[in-house]
Amino acid sequence: MADSTVRMVPPAGNVHALNASRGPVVRVDGVSKRFDTKSGTVQALEGIRQSIDTGEFVAIVGPSGCGKSTLLRILCGLEEPTEGRIDWGREGQAPRMGVAFQDHRLLPWLSVEQNIMLPRLMQGRASAADVDRALALCKLVGLTGFEKRRPAELSGGMKQRASVARALFTDPELLLLDEPFGALDALTREQITADTERIWTEQGFAALLITHSISEAVHLADRVIVMSARPGRVVAEFKIDLPRPRTEALGSPEFGKLCSDIRKKLEL
Amino acid sequence: MKRFALQVSAVVAFFLIWKGYVHFFDVSPLVLPAPELVVVALFRLLGATDTYYHLGITLTECLGGFLFAIVFGTIVGQLLGRVPILDTVFKPFVIALQVTPKVALIPLFILWFGFGLESKIIVSAVLAFFPVFANSYLGAKSVDRGLSEVFTVGRARQSRRFRLLVIPSSLPYILTGMEMAIVLAIIGAVVGEFVAGTRGLGYLATIKLQELEVDTLFAVVLLLAAIGFSLYFAVGSLRKVLIPWHESANKVAI
Repeated sequence: MADSTVRMVPPAGNVHALNASRGPVVRVDGVSKRFDTKSGTVQALEGIRQSIDTGEFVAIVGPSGCGKSTLLRILCGLEEPTEGRIDWGREGQAPRMGVAFQDHRLLPWLSVEQNIMLPRLMQGRASAADVDRALALCKLVGLTGFEKRRPAELSGGMKQRASVARALFTDPELLLLDEPFGALDALTREQITADTERIWTEQGFAALLITHSISEAVHLADRVIVMSARPGRVVAEFKIDLPRPRTEALGSPEFGKLCSDIRKKLEL
Repeated sequence: MKRFALQVSAVVAFFLIWKGYVHFFDVSPLVLPAPELVVVALFRLLGATDTYYHLGITLTECLGGFLFAIVFGTIVGQLLGRVPILDTVFKPFVIALQVTPKVALIPLFILWFGFGLESKIIVSAVLAFFPVFANSYLGAKSVDRGLSEVFTVGRARQSRRFRLLVIPSSLPYILTGMEMAIVLAIIGAVVGEFVAGTRGLGYLATIKLQELEVDTLFAVVLLLAAIGFSLYFAVGSLRKVLIPWHESANKVAI
């Protein structure tokens, strides 16, 4: 359960129904990206045309080097597209964003609590309300009791939880997840995925998840985009209509069929 | 505990071999005094009031030089490590400074700064500068790219990026530089006193040599070693205070 400082949970439990017709939070308009390397030019992305609706959970799966991470880096401003452009839904103004990377990227010299409110600390001093929010986020991601610890004292899964909590600190309209659970063991990974679904259901942000894991994508996403490698193109799209929460449905035939359909597209 | 016992036995064995060599080979105390003579001389030295005067002078010189080295080494290292144009322009000068035998500059410093404390502080600072600079430079270049991206994505203010990312990233490096620098700072002060000293433990050593008080000369060296050890240990302990999050903070000096 989220504290009042995080966000009130509507009685219905799912805020996403309200978001359905609010239009896209971002449109990716014909984006291509080429990298010039010593051994020639690499076409990382080619003609990507996609949009993410407000509150929608989108996952991108694809083989290594298909440019899916590059797309995320373009969205968060770390790379510029070679061609095409990013259209932000709201009058061209970028939405509040949060990013969690594959490596947790926590600052080793700050406590978990300070790491979570880093987005605030980057701008200046944190207020009491910021600390309250960081503590509430700790609770939300299951890190209660570890607020004052340093990252080195946490397990891999807990570090990723802290990293996700930091990405949530700004109350993002768009959460970008770059394989944040990729390096975790299977059990931890399943738990975090289930928690991510719960948090997303409660909070109502749009999310873009980059992942290698088909089951993780089907578990979390409303829509799964399949990409090919070099050049990175969209080869297929799947709408996932399974009821939520999907944790109990992980072994169901529908779930299995979606996974195998997606896997077939990946092998093309 | 076993480790400690081994270390103590090694030290005891060292003194026994020293004593045995002096005793059985009939070595003149003017060349190598027996260890117990040195111990007696050390107590005599510690009992004399002017020893502390000289000690204070040497400490002032080496800590003064060390302080200069930290301040300038850190600043110059950060600037050259972070600003490519400064790196290009000033790198030849820094390398030239490093490859020059700096003790050869002592006569020059005496010419410019006189026979007083100032010239020794400068010698000490010049000697201690390079390790701090080199490590600060390395630290500035070693800021983790992933962490740096987090600050870029968050549109961090430059001052906050510096405070939250650059300084903590560089501190382990700068502390390593400081550990090397404190030893060099002592060398600088003592060598400065050898060449043009009128005060200080280095000067005291030259006097004892002229007076052929070899046991006291040894005692002075022991005192300098003790100072060196204490200062080195003190600088090493800063790790626990300044970078408790770093692995090196839990490594013991011995």
